[in-house]
Formats: sequence, C-alpha cells, structure tokens
Amino acid sequence: MRYAGRWPSRIVLGVPAALALLLLVVPLVALLVQADWSRIPSDLATPTVLPALRLSLTTTSVTAVLCLLLGTPLAWFLARSDHHVTSWVRALLTVPLVLPPVVGGVALLLTWGRNGLLGQYLTPFGIQIPFTTVAVVLAETFVAMPYYVLAVEGAMRGLDPRLESVARTLGASDLRYLRTVGIPLVLPGMAGGLALAWARALGEFGATITFAGNFPGRTQTLPLLVYVELERDPQVAISISIMLLAVSVLVLGVLRGRWLR
Amino acid sequence: MSAGPRPYPHASRIRHSARAAPVALLVAALLSACGGSTSPSSSPAGTGAGALSGTVTVLAAASLTESFDQLKVDFETAHPGVTVETSYGSSATLVQQVDNGAPASVVALAGTSAAEPLDKNLIVDTRTFATNILEIAVPPGNPGKVTSLDDLAKPTVKVVVCADSVPCGKAAQTTFRKASVVPNVVSKEVDVKATLAKVKLGEADAAVVYHSDVVAARGAVTGVGIPSRLNTTLSYPVITLADDAASRAFVAYLLSAQGRNTLQAFGFGPP
Repeated sequence: MRYAGRWPSRIVLGVPAALALLLLVVPLVALLVQADWSRIPSDLATPTVLPALRLSLTTTSVTAVLCLLLGTPLAWFLARSDHHVTSWVRALLTVPLVLPPVVGGVALLLTWGRNGLLGQYLTPFGIQIPFTTVAVVLAETFVAMPYYVLAVEGAMRGLDPRLESVARTLGASDLRYLRTVGIPLVLPGMAGGLALAWARALGEFGATITFAGNFPGRTQTLPLLVYVELERDPQVAISISIMLLAVSVLVLGVLRGRWLR
Repeated sequence: MSAGPRPYPHASRIRHSARAAPVALLVAALLSACGGSTSPSSSPAGTGAGALSGTVTVLAAASLTESFDQLKVDFETAHPGVTVETSYGSSATLVQQVDNGAPASVVALAGTSAAEPLDKNLIVDTRTFATNILEIAVPPGNPGKVTSLDDLAKPTVKVVVCADSVPCGKAAQTTFRKASVVPNVVSKEVDVKATLAKVKLGEADAAVVYHSDVVAARGAVTGVGIPSRLNTTLSYPVITLADDAASRAFVAYLLSAQGRNTLQAFGFGPP
C-alpha cells in the first residue's frame, strides 16, 4: 500500500500540532468567555481608560514614525552590506528582541536616568526623561524598532540586485533609487514590519513600567492600566484586555488583507 | 560614496537570514512571555508529635521582604525538617493570586483592608502580627531638600508613591488628605519596593514608603519622619490558609517574642 505510513505519522505530528494550537488559542478564548460582555461599555467608560487609550495611541504612533524614519535607512544599510561588521550589528539588533523587557527598562534607566550614561548631561539643562511621555516612546521604540528593521531588511534583501545596478547606470543617487524603486518595491515588507512593531509597542509593559513609571495620562499606557486595574477591579482589566485584543487583531487583519500574503 | 554597484550577498545567505528572522521573533516572544512563577504547593506536614516537616509557602507583602527573609532562615534553623518558601508582591497582587488558586499556606498582608477581597472560604485563621507607619524616603544627600510633607508639593520635587490599588498607596493618599498636601507625583508604582527603588536609583527626590522600608534599605535612602497626627498606621494581618502543623508553627513563630523582636529590628511596631 502506498500510504501505509501515512496515519501513524499523521498522529505523531498531529497531536503535538493540536496541542500547540490549544496552548495558544485557549487563553484567548478564556478571555472572551470569562468577560462580562454587558459590562464592557461601562468598564471602558472608567475615567482612567480614555487617558490611557489616548496615551497608547499617541506613543505607539510616534514609535511607528520613529521606526519608519530611523529604521528604514538602517535596514537599507544592513541589507546592502555583506561586511562582517554588518552581521555583528544585526546580532546586536536582535538583543532587544530576546531581552526581557524589564531588563530593557533598567538599561534605559541607566542610559537616560538622572545619573545615567547620557541622562547626566541632560540634567544640567533641566531635561529629565524618566517619568515622562518621552520615556514611554523611548521604551516602546527600544523594544519595537528591531522588529521593523529586521522585517524591512529581509524584504530589501529579496530585491533583485540588478535593479540597483540599472538605477545607478542611469545616474540615480542612493536617495533617488530608494524613493523611486527600492521603497515602492518593499512597501509590503515595510507595512508588515510596521504592523509588527506597532503591535509590540502597544503591548509594551516591562520596559515602560520600569523606565517611565506609572502615572495616569502621562505614562500609564493600556497594558499598565490592565495591570493596575487587575488589583482594583479585575472585570475592568478583562474589558480593557478584550479591547486591546480586538485592536491588535483588527490592525493585523487589515494589514494582512491588504499587503501580506 | 562610490557610485559603483555594491555586492549583494549570495542567494543562500538571503534564504538563511529570511529563515533566521522568524526564529528570532519566536524566541523573543517566548522570552517576553515568561512571567513570574508561583511557588509550588505546600506538602502536608508531619502531623505526629515529633519533629515538623514539609513545606510552608508564604506569600508576603513587599514591605515584609527583608524581615521575612530573616524569619524564614530563623524558622528553618529551628525546624530543620521544614522548608519555607517565600514570595513577595503588593498585597493586592497576592490576594488576587490566592483567589485565583495560587498555592499558599500563609499570607501576610500590609493592612487589614488589603485582606477584604480574599475569599473567606479559604481562611483558616487571621491574626495581627505587626504594625507599620509611613515615612518619606529621600536619596542620600537629599537633593530635593525635603524636610516635611509640605515639601512634596513643590514642583521641583519629584515624588513617587505606590499605586492607589495597593495598601501603601491608599495609606499615602490618606496622609496627604490629612495634611492637605497635593504632592508632585511623577509615578504610582506597583508595590512599595518598586517605589523605594526609584529613590535608591536617585531618579526620584522622594517616595512615601513604610518606616520599615527605610530601615531595611540600610542607608541606601534617608528617612524623613511624618508627624504621628498626619501619619497612617497599618496593622499587618497574617492569614493561615493551610491547616497543617508546619504552617501553624510558622504563624506561632511570627507571633512569638522572638518573631516580634526580628520584626522590630526591621522597623515594625508591635500589633
């Protein structure tokens, strides 16, 4: 029989695959099942929610713009270079990805804090970063930018190198090549990277609470509010969580439909 | 910049890095998902008249960190068969954890009101074992020149307090109300040790914490007293959840003269 080995191997692979799916999906289902749906509108009208939502949307938008403006050129340099330094830079970039966010928060505090590596030079000018909205953006950018850069770099590496050669023989500068050929071609990759980075920024918790603190309207983003509300009124925390889940799914869904395969 | 075409890495490298990126993302996601773990369940202690044995899992308010670390060592020395496992967090978090099934033999909380959301069916016994008062903690050298509660209202003084949901935050709000002070709060931290840490790091000029935290910080911060008419006193309850000999012995030790001495050395008052 041709398919004699088919069913045993299907089971051997299928059972762990189903388990993996359950591990990922059941917690999301639990969130939806345990929620008191009739309370969601009033929960989301809790006075602390709107400032947190506004803050989350502003800071993640600024983070996305920073990724776009600073991350795209970095991705381009990484994509076109084969120098061994490049692979070191790329490895360095993945560190914030694998670093526990709270460690990132400590590192940021030691950088931008009052006595920090860079912060100590800002203090004389009256500039203090911790406990400000700027700190929230810095924390979000620290954790989110690597996602964007790696995604865009991957997309740029996928381009046909001859395109750049041709553009060059036609006399195009680096900037002109990127504007007219490079970026339009990697737009789907950029959108995907941006969505990933934005979602990561939206969910940022550890680095934010460590570095930016927790103050309503100034540094208390939605995930921080979920944490605090869980101690005060768990149902409010669940309602906010569902809103965050919906927003994340919506954004990823829209991007997937439009740009990602 | 040279105008010539730059070499691109060969195809195999491209495929390799394309495969490596999702792996890195996966690893990152896994790592960031790893949160704090709860301690394992308490095993039943020996019920005989002989030596005690087993594990006592103690969840304690963050302000009890240093004193309970000491009490754990002392108790284990006295009862070699018993292992005491401690976990610290804000009282609000601990109560939340117990209500959600966290295995705990004993819970020690900051303030009686923190115990209110605790599931009454789980409680075997409740006793008050210590008291604590608030104090202002400032970094060494006192950069904000804080000498009283009133100074916390100055716009130049960065004040860190506990979140309103945790006992030290509630107590601080009560004291601010009594003193009619609107402090320049820059952050509301999740527990008292996180609040203290911001002062230890020198990022905040003042924090409202417990007297015991200033004592436990051993010179890393300086305490500025709050007059008793404005201060808020918290009674610390210890709640027994597991009805076994080792857990009862631990609570008895906490209430004994010896336990009280240790707590006093860490800045706590008698119940």
